[in-house]
Amino acid sequence: MTGLTHLTMAAALDGLAKKEFTAVELTEAHVKAVETIRPLNAFITETPEQALAMAKASDARRAKGEAGPMEGLPIAVKDLFCTKGVPTTAASHILDGFKPEYESTVTSNLWRDGAVMLGKVNLDEFAMGSANITSYHGNVVSPWSPGEAGNWSRQLVPGGSSGGSAAAVAARAALGATGTDTGGSIRQPAAFTGIVGIKPTYGRCSRWGVVAFASSLDQAGPMTRTVEDAAIMLRSMCGFDPKDSTSVDLPVPDFRAALTGDIRGLKVGIPKEYRVEGMPAEIAAIWDQGIEWLKQAGAEPVEISLPHTKYALATYYIVAPAEASSNLARYDGLRYGLRVEGASLKDMYENTRGAGFGKEVRRRILIGTYVLSAGYYDAYYNKARQVRTRIKWDFDEAFKQCDVILTPTAPSTAFAIGEKMDDPIQMYLNDVFTVPASLAGLPGMSVPAGVGSDGLPLGLQLLGRPFDEETVLRVGQVIEKAAAVTATPPFMA
Amino acid sequence: MSLDKATVAKIAHLARIKVPDDELDHLAGELSQILTFVEQLGEVDTQDVPPMTSVAAQTLRRRKDEVTDGGYRDAVLSNGPETAEGFYVVPKVVE
Repeated sequence: MTGLTHLTMAAALDGLAKKEFTAVELTEAHVKAVETIRPLNAFITETPEQALAMAKASDARRAKGEAGPMEGLPIAVKDLFCTKGVPTTAASHILDGFKPEYESTVTSNLWRDGAVMLGKVNLDEFAMGSANITSYHGNVVSPWSPGEAGNWSRQLVPGGSSGGSAAAVAARAALGATGTDTGGSIRQPAAFTGIVGIKPTYGRCSRWGVVAFASSLDQAGPMTRTVEDAAIMLRSMCGFDPKDSTSVDLPVPDFRAALTGDIRGLKVGIPKEYRVEGMPAEIAAIWDQGIEWLKQAGAEPVEISLPHTKYALATYYIVAPAEASSNLARYDGLRYGLRVEGASLKDMYENTRGAGFGKEVRRRILIGTYVLSAGYYDAYYNKARQVRTRIKWDFDEAFKQCDVILTPTAPSTAFAIGEKMDDPIQMYLNDVFTVPASLAGLPGMSVPAGVGSDGLPLGLQLLGRPFDEETVLRVGQVIEKAAAVTATPPFMA
Repeated sequence: MSLDKATVAKIAHLARIKVPDDELDHLAGELSQILTFVEQLGEVDTQDVPPMTSVAAQTLRRRKDEVTDGGYRDAVLSNGPETAEGFYVVPKVVE
């Protein structure tokens, strides 16, 4: 029943409710799909037995009339979420052998609502990267890569850091996947693989049990094939959690109910600073097309200004490494994961961390350590936090004139593994459109909007006011319907 | 800002990461490049701008100072690379 893996979540819920198939059948089809897509290296750990056991329990709940909002839906979990008894690696050597004794709040919420876990998917090490090429467990290949699977003529990146999530969902091996987004790690891979990814407002999803990268920026969110599916999955992931001090105590809306298609009179902000120098013509064109679609649906585009946009990346590359250097201090060879012995305690720390962290993670810890060190704290870290305030103020001002903001998600389509790897700054530029909203804590979503001249997916990004994911989703669905992208990856389960 | 090899070695030591000597030069180059990139923030007027402490406009919640959980010694230790008698084992720190 391969057709089952091509369903949307909404259609799968319908089919399950009408008893057209069972959760076990749906899960079996996906377990097989996970095996089929092994050449992509999307999964770090496959959990087929657990998946089938969860599916069986799901069918039993449904039979008793206790079906949850995601009852029986097989999903993949980014290997940054702690899952009880299942290895959690953060794609790092330093977490070798780590099996959490607890379950993250977000995944607990998903299982509470009936979802089924297919396994843990690959990512950039500690979510640091934009191409999924920094994982200790190897690169993820995009299912959009041309040529025969496993023998591609060009190996494209799926984006990052949630590259395994994006590849698994795009290749039809999971109905959806959890992602996390610190500077664009949900939205950019969603754009590169032609799927939907939403990072909700900071505070919506609990960070408890998610391996920390930069705590003031990290936020979990769903990656799915449709906007409606994103609404379904987001609702299950969100919610107040007393165990996360930054979790916000607000009711979780029924996001699916917000998808009315009616955006008449809505003001859509078009930030002039995002027309960056050297923007490829097709990126500018898809952006203009997006504006046109929203106009046709009755919305009104307004030019806005976000004057500190050009400083967002520099701010991010101080704030995020600073927080990372502090968060990653916990990997000491004592409490979990890798340990490399040394003559003294200090040697053991240094040997363990020297061997356990990859090059990108090491680079960021060192930058973070430097900007937080005595004599540089004010010049770098405090300065960056002040600029971050100004970036947030820019958005506050902009949202006085508009209800939602439309931009491209990424400055290009997916590139090949090996490109942009020599120069860290070049790689960082991938996040130029996604980082500002992360710094401001705003909800942001990437929606498939078309394909470029190379046949690869292009995404448009919508940004909303704090806690207004509903408008973001509603406008996103209007774009999704107008774009009606039919292109699919050449390699699918 | 340009970092020299000695500064990188010092930062690596502060971060408790062993960096082989033959990688210091290359790393100094990369880190200097990143620092040069972020120095553009100097152009921004931040006079009287408060440094951001939280993106969400909320004050941290308080909870009662009481024990709500615990008793997981073995679970806590279960992932330790080396444990004994209910403790983590560290290399000898006193002679």
